[in-house]
Amino acid sequence: MDRILEILEKDARTTPEEIARLIKQDVKTVKKQINKFEKDGVILKYKTIVNKELVVKKNNELRALIEVNILPQKNLGFDHIAERIYQFPEVASCSLLSGTYDLLLIVEGKDMQTISNFVAEKLSPMENVRGTVTHFLLKKYKEDGVILKRKEENKRIAISY
Amino acid sequence: MKNKNFVADKVEKLAPSGIRAFFDLVLGMKDVISLGVGEPDFVTPWNIRETGIFSLEQGYTSYTSNKGLYKLRLLIQRSLKQLYGLNYSPDDDILITVGVSEALDLAVRAILNPGDQVIIPEPCYVSYGPVVELAGGVPVYLPTTAKEGFKITAAKLEKACNNKTKGIILNYPSNPTGVTYNKKELESISRVCLKHNLVVISDEVYGDLTYTGKHIPFPCLSGAQANTLYLNGFSKAYAMTGWRVGYACGPKSIIAAMTKIHQYTILCAPILSQMAACEALQTGKKSLEDMKKEYNRRRDLMHQGLNEIGLSCDMPQGAFYIFPSIKKTGLSSLDFANKLLKQQKVAVVPGVAFGKDYDQHIRISYATNYSKLQEAIKCIKIFVDSCIKK
Repeated sequence: MDRILEILEKDARTTPEEIARLIKQDVKTVKKQINKFEKDGVILKYKTIVNKELVVKKNNELRALIEVNILPQKNLGFDHIAERIYQFPEVASCSLLSGTYDLLLIVEGKDMQTISNFVAEKLSPMENVRGTVTHFLLKKYKEDGVILKRKEENKRIAISY
Repeated sequence: MKNKNFVADKVEKLAPSGIRAFFDLVLGMKDVISLGVGEPDFVTPWNIRETGIFSLEQGYTSYTSNKGLYKLRLLIQRSLKQLYGLNYSPDDDILITVGVSEALDLAVRAILNPGDQVIIPEPCYVSYGPVVELAGGVPVYLPTTAKEGFKITAAKLEKACNNKTKGIILNYPSNPTGVTYNKKELESISRVCLKHNLVVISDEVYGDLTYTGKHIPFPCLSGAQANTLYLNGFSKAYAMTGWRVGYACGPKSIIAAMTKIHQYTILCAPILSQMAACEALQTGKKSLEDMKKEYNRRRDLMHQGLNEIGLSCDMPQGAFYIFPSIKKTGLSSLDFANKLLKQQKVAVVPGVAFGKDYDQHIRISYATNYSKLQEAIKCIKIFVDSCIKK
């Protein structure tokens, strides 16, 4: 992968100046390259991974994984129906999978009622949806390679040869 | 009645560490950014830890053979063959030890007669001189300067050799400088060692952490294997310092002598650590590469950051240390370290710990996370600026 992308994937807050220093190029070139990545959609968004367990519970969002079985359409396959589903703002992520079902959604809502309503009123009635299985997410341990845990104290002794 | 002195003369005579008090000060302080640590900041990679846990569950709690688990010796043999084309027999030429520290101690005890001299290039790791002295030998220090790139030359080595010289302790990439040698330099050093029939004790524990160029083990040099003890371990490359496992590879006769001492004093390295070390060699490559990449990134940061502040230093090629000059501040290394700690809460190791000639240097370890290093650079800058203004 491009070195700039590698650095930004690790820490999106790394400044262009810092990146320039790391890859030994001038800042202008780096800025230009980042702009190009953004324009081309290679870089889509800069986000923060929040450990929701540690955030005071207020409007804390509930998440569910939903397996969706769909009937593919002639000439369009799964793409068209997937597009209809992922447009809903409740759908945080949507992927096509091999195996016993087709789409895996991650759906967000403020409580169980909201998610149930979405499944019952929006998702299930769609004509190509043959069935759904909803799993509510109870606890998240790791996200995007980051272990969601309070920072542990350093176990090394502070000075040694 | 006169008080009987319980402590042996040769132990009493060992030079006390002048910076013990400074270490205690660091250990007693809270919220210090420590650039003074001689071990990785990473925890041992999970697959290696998991193997340790699993071997305990399986009941591997016994001794191993004195030489160490055959499987581990075989894996070491294969890895050295594959990486460097070296040929060692797992039966006769490899001994598993409790860290490289034990291997070093065994090596000098196995080869030295009273009064034999051992050449030790400086600056160097703190234990080299003392283990030689404890083994009845005489350390002959060979100081190198920043101008010389902290490297010895064949000519300098030649001058230091006499008929009492039995061996030399090399360490590259080096703690505390991060400096390493290229093939040409090593070949010329090796020629002098062969000429004087020296045993080369080569501490290459940082060999896997070489960022510029390729690491060349000393036994790879022409004709060198027969008089070289190659020492390596798992502590630095696989972040396994607390497991205490290392190894020595060398001529059958010396390895047999070392095994003799090892069997009477240590018996064997802990089985759990040996099992974990097997896993490191089998599946640890990816973790090693990831850690190396991260160290490399920090090395760039520190090299540039320190030079910008005016603490000049060359780019280190390996390990995770950098050894800048503090001449500009006019302070002694212990003074510098003490004041930096008190004023900015940043800990470094005074250069004088690595040889008496290095009072104008400090050792900085970049085995600390990137953002902490950035913060530390800022703190050091404030401190250095304040010294220069005065």
